[in-house]
Amino acid sequence: MDVAYPTDVAEAVAALADGMTPLGGGTDLMVEVNFGHSRPEQVVALRRLTELSEWEGNRIGAAVTWRRIERDGPTALAQAARTVGSPQIRNAGTIGGNVGTASPAGDGLPFLAAVDARIELTSPEGTRVVPWNEFFTGVKQTSRRGDELIAAILLPEELPERHEFGKIGVRNAMVIATVCCVVTRGSDGTTTVGLGSVAPTPMRARRAEEMISAEVDPSDSALDEFARLVSSEVTPITDHRSTEAYRRHAAGVLARRLLERTIRRGVA
Amino acid sequence: MTTETGRRSTVRDGIGESTIRPDGIPKLTGSFEYAQDLHAEGMLWGTTVRSPHPRARIVSIDIAPALAIGGVQAVLTQDDVPGRAMFGLEHPDQPVLAQDEVRYWGEPVAVVAAEDEDTARRAAAAVVVEYEELEPLVDPEEADRRGEVFRRLRIRRGDQDSAGPVVVEGYYEVGMQDQAPLGTEAGLAVPDGHGGVDLYATSQYVHADHEQVVASLGLRPDQVRSHPVGIGGAFGAREDLNLHIHLCMLALHTGRPVKMVYHRDESFTGHVHRHPARMWYRHEADTDGRLVRVEARLLLDGGAYASTTAAVLANASYFAVGPYRCDSVAVDGAGTRTNNPPCGAMRGFGAVQVCFAHESQMDRLAAAVGLDPLELRRRNALATGDRMSTTGQLIETPLPVTEVIDSLSAMPLFAAEPGDDPMALPGGSGLTTEAVHVRRGIGYALGLKNLGFSEGYDDYAQARVRLTADGVVIETAAIEVGQGLVNVLAQIARTVLGVSRAEVRHVDTSQIDSAGSTSASRQTQLSGGATHQAAVRLRERILVGHGGDHLDDAGVWSGDTLVTPMSQLVTESWEETATFRHPPTEKPDADGQGTMHADFAVAGHRAVVDVDPDLGLVRVVRIDTAQDVGRALNPESIRGQIEGGIMQGVGLAVMEELVLDQGRIRNATFTDYLLPTILDAPDVEALLIEQDGSWGPFGAKGVGEPPTISSTPAVASAIRAATGKELNRVPVRPQDIALSGDAV
Amino acid sequence: MIVSFRLNGAETSFRANHPVSLLDVLRDELALPGSKSACEQGECGSCSVILDGELVCACLVMAVDVEGSDVTTVEGIAPSGGLHPVQESLNRAGGVQCGFCTPGFVVAAADLFERNPRPSTAEIKEALAGNICRCTGYGAIVRAFERLAGREAP
Repeated sequence: MDVAYPTDVAEAVAALADGMTPLGGGTDLMVEVNFGHSRPEQVVALRRLTELSEWEGNRIGAAVTWRRIERDGPTALAQAARTVGSPQIRNAGTIGGNVGTASPAGDGLPFLAAVDARIELTSPEGTRVVPWNEFFTGVKQTSRRGDELIAAILLPEELPERHEFGKIGVRNAMVIATVCCVVTRGSDGTTTVGLGSVAPTPMRARRAEEMISAEVDPSDSALDEFARLVSSEVTPITDHRSTEAYRRHAAGVLARRLLERTIRRGVA
Repeated sequence: MTTETGRRSTVRDGIGESTIRPDGIPKLTGSFEYAQDLHAEGMLWGTTVRSPHPRARIVSIDIAPALAIGGVQAVLTQDDVPGRAMFGLEHPDQPVLAQDEVRYWGEPVAVVAAEDEDTARRAAAAVVVEYEELEPLVDPEEADRRGEVFRRLRIRRGDQDSAGPVVVEGYYEVGMQDQAPLGTEAGLAVPDGHGGVDLYATSQYVHADHEQVVASLGLRPDQVRSHPVGIGGAFGAREDLNLHIHLCMLALHTGRPVKMVYHRDESFTGHVHRHPARMWYRHEADTDGRLVRVEARLLLDGGAYASTTAAVLANASYFAVGPYRCDSVAVDGAGTRTNNPPCGAMRGFGAVQVCFAHESQMDRLAAAVGLDPLELRRRNALATGDRMSTTGQLIETPLPVTEVIDSLSAMPLFAAEPGDDPMALPGGSGLTTEAVHVRRGIGYALGLKNLGFSEGYDDYAQARVRLTADGVVIETAAIEVGQGLVNVLAQIARTVLGVSRAEVRHVDTSQIDSAGSTSASRQTQLSGGATHQAAVRLRERILVGHGGDHLDDAGVWSGDTLVTPMSQLVTESWEETATFRHPPTEKPDADGQGTMHADFAVAGHRAVVDVDPDLGLVRVVRIDTAQDVGRALNPESIRGQIEGGIMQGVGLAVMEELVLDQGRIRNATFTDYLLPTILDAPDVEALLIEQDGSWGPFGAKGVGEPPTISSTPAVASAIRAATGKELNRVPVRPQDIALSGDAV
Repeated sequence: MIVSFRLNGAETSFRANHPVSLLDVLRDELALPGSKSACEQGECGSCSVILDGELVCACLVMAVDVEGSDVTTVEGIAPSGGLHPVQESLNRAGGVQCGFCTPGFVVAAADLFERNPRPSTAEIKEALAGNICRCTGYGAIVRAFERLAGREAP
C-alpha cells in the first residue's frame, strides 16, 4: 500500500488530489476497514500534521481531538465531546472526522448547527468556506469534493451567551445518540436549537426558535409550545435503536430542558 | 480436616478462603493463551460462507471462483462432510453445512481454508451461491398453530377446578438476549498425520463436542482429541458446536493445521441465544394472598434448529410458578421452530424468562390483596419438605426461601438521594436529566433454579487427583470459563488432603472421561464432587498404605511421628480417579409430574432505580441480594459470580436485546447490542446464605445462575414502582416508559 | 512498505501490504497477543494501547499510522519481570474472571493512574467507561482501583 505522511497542508492536499484517502484519528475509517467495507490502499496520514490541529480563537483545526475539546471547548461543545464514544475514542477521534463522516448521529454536529458554524475546505484550487447547512447533504453525505481536505471548523466570532448540550442514549456512556440537541440563548432571548439523530442531517428547529426567541421570560405554556414545535419539526425514523414516536417526543422534552437550563443559568 | 497438634500443619488456601486465582497473573500480563491466540507452524486460516437469507432454497453453489484465488487450499460444502451430515447437542437436526435449504440468517453454507485470513475472506466472498428466497416463518404463535414445535410440555398438578377470589392475569414478553462473551468463537484443528485430528476450540463441554465431531467426521472416537483451551467467557454460548466440525474437516482435507476466529458480527450469528418468550399467566389467590391456582401458557422461540430448546422449555415450565407453594397448577409450554436465529443455553436457562413473568404477577397480586410484596412472597414461600408446585417433587435439600426473604428485608435500604453529579443520574454523560426529573423506585423479586442436569440425564463428572513432586494435581476436562473452577477444585483437594500445593490441569478427551458441561451451575457440585471423592479415597489409601492417621505438607503422620515424608510419598505414583453422580432424576409423566431435579437454589434481589419518566431513561442505582449457596467455598469468587450475574440480569432489564427484522439480526455489533458499561453498573450488596445438607462437596451449591434470574424482574418492578407504568416486557425501552399507558 | 516504530521501548518494524489495524499487526505479525480483539470498532476497549502518550484502541489505529511513533501494549506496561500496581490491585481484588477484557483494563487503568494517582470513584468509572467486562459486573474492578487510589470505600 501507499502512504503519504505530509508535513504541511499543501502536501496533504496534493496527496488528496491524487485520489488518496484521508486518515485522521481512524475511529470511523478503521471500522469500515475492519468490517471489510473499505480497503483504502492509498492513504494520507494526517494525525501528526500539527498545522491541522491548531486551534486559534474561533477556528478549530480539523485534527483537534475530542479529548482536547472536552477540556478546552465552549460549554456545549465540551459537553458533547464528553459523550463521544469512549476515552479511547476521544483521544483519537477528531472534530474534522465527525464532520467528514456526517453521521446523522454525530455528537458534535448539533452544536455546529446551533451556532451556524462553517466548514473550511482546502484543495489545490484554494480554500472555500461552506456553511454547515450546505455542507451536510444527506446521511453520511457532504458537499466536500474528493480532492478537498477539511481544514478547520469555523465558529462564529461570538458565541451566544448560553448554550447547553444533551444526548439521549440507552446506555449511560459510550452510546450512539437516540436524540441529541444543543440549545443556545442570547441575552436578548434569541434562541437556536440544533438537533441530531432526528433527520438525515443535523438540523435546526426554526419555528420553535422563532416562537421562543420572542419570549423574554417564557411561561410554562410557552415552554410547552416550544417543546411541541420541536417535536413537530423533527423528521426521525424508526430503526433498531429507537422509534420515530419516541425520538419526536424526546426531542421536545430534551430541547425544553436545555432551554430551561440556558435561562436558569442566564439568571444565575 | 487437620488437627492442630505437634508439628502438623494446617493447610493454606483450603475451602472457605478467597484464594487468589492461579491464572490471574498470566491474564493480567497478557500471556494467558486463549483460543484466539493459538498458532501452529504452517497453519491455514479458515472462514465461513453464510446465508444472507433467513430462509431460502439453495439452487446451486459454485466454488470454482473461490478456488481460483491464489492461496486458497480448500472450499468445502455439505457434500464434503465425511460422516453424519447433522449435528446437535440433544438432537442431531442441524446440517454441518446447509444442504438444500437455509433456515436462518447467517447459517453456514460453505467453509474455506487459505494461506492467510485476508485471502480466506476474499475467497468466501467469491463463492457463488444461488438462492431462491422462501417465505420465512418468524412468528412463534404462527409456528405453534402450525405445530412447528420442538417440544410441548403439559403440567397438571392438583385439583384443576380450584379457584380463588382474587385473580390476576397478565401477558409478558422477554426479548432475545445474547451471551456476548468477549472472546468470540475461535479454534485450531491440527491433523495428527494418521487420519485423526486434535481440536483446540472454544467450548464449555469438550466431551459433547468430541462425540458430535467424531460422528460427522466418520472417525473412531480415539482418532479425535478435543482439548480444553482458554476462552473469553461463555454464559451458555459455547455448549453447542459452531466452527468445530468445520475446522476438523478443513484440517483433514488439507492435511494442515487450520485456524478460525469469528469476528463479532459472525459471533452474533454463530452461537445460540437466549430464547425470546411470550407468556400468558393467571394467578388466583385467597384474600390473604395465598396462592390457590396458577395457570401459565409459555411460548419460547427456539429458532431454526433444536439445540437445547427442549430442556430450556422444560426448565421454563417446571419453574413457571417460582419458589412458591401452590397445589393447583396448569402449565402448557411450547418451544417453537421458526426461521429466527437458533436459541439455546444462556445463564438461567429458561428460569429467567418465567421469573420475569411470575414475579410481575406476584407484585400485581400483592397490590390486589393490599400486601407488601415481600410479605406476599413470605406467605407463599416454598421450603424443604414441601412439594414443588409444578412437578410435585418432594424438596429434600435445603431451600431457604423464607431466609432469603427475611435477609433481604433486613438489609439496609439504600437511602442516598439522587445528587447533582450527572454521571450518577439517568442519562449519565448525556446530561439529559437533573435530580428534579428523577423518580425513585424499589422492586423485589425471587427466583428458583435447578442445579445440574435434570429429567433423567446421566449427569456425572470425572476427576483425577495425583500426588506429584509439584504437589497435588487435579486433572479434569471441565472448562474454566472464568468462574474460578481452577480455584475451587484445588481448594477442595487441599482441604481433603491437607497438602497446600495443588493445581488444576486441563486434559483432553482422550485422557479422562467427561466432566460434563460447564453450565447449569453444576461444576462446583459435580467436578467438585468428583475431586472431593477422589481426594478422600486417595487420602485413605495413602494412610492405610503407610500406617498413618494424618496427612499434611510434611507427609504421613502416625500420632506425633512422621512415618513417611512427603519427599518419599511423591515418588510412589499415588493417584485416584473418581466419577461423581448427583442423585438420580427421572423423566416427567404425562402430567409433567416426577422427580426431575437433583437440587435447587433460590435467590432474591432488591433493586433501587432512578427513572426519568419523561424520557424513559433508567439508572439502576443499587441491587441488594441474598443467595442460597449451600456452603461458600470461595466467598470472593461467589461475589464475582453474583455481581457479574446481576449485571447480565440488569442488562436484560434495560438494554440488551437482539433486534430482529424478518429473521435478520439488525444489531449484530457492539455499537448496537448494548452491554452495560462500568457507568451502568449498580453497587451490589450481597449476603450469602449457608445451610448444610446439599449433596455438593462440603454442602456447596452452584452459584452462577441465580444472580441472573431474579435481578431482571426486580429492576422491572422498581421501574414500575417509580413510574406507575405496566411494563410487561423486558428489556424495558425508553419508549415503553415515556410513551406507554399507565398500569391499570 | 516497511513501518518502523518504538514498541514497548524497543525499535521495531513490520511490513504493511494492506490497510490493517495495529491490533492485527501486534497479534499476528509481532507476536504480542496480549491485546485482545473482541469488537473491532472501539466499543469494548479490549485492545487498549498507549500511542504517543494517549490511550487508544489498537483496532482503530491503521498500522501504517504508527510510523515513527511510540506504542506501549499490556506486555510493556509493567517493569520487566514484575507487575504494575494496577495489575497487583486487580489480582488481589478478584477483578479477573475470564480475563479477556483484563489487558484492556490494565492499560486503561495504568493510563488513568499515570495522569491522576488518586482518582475518585467517579473518575475511575469515567476513565474506564470504554472498557467492557462481561464477567465481573465491574464491582471487583472498581474496588481494586479504589484501594489503589487509597480511597477504599468505608
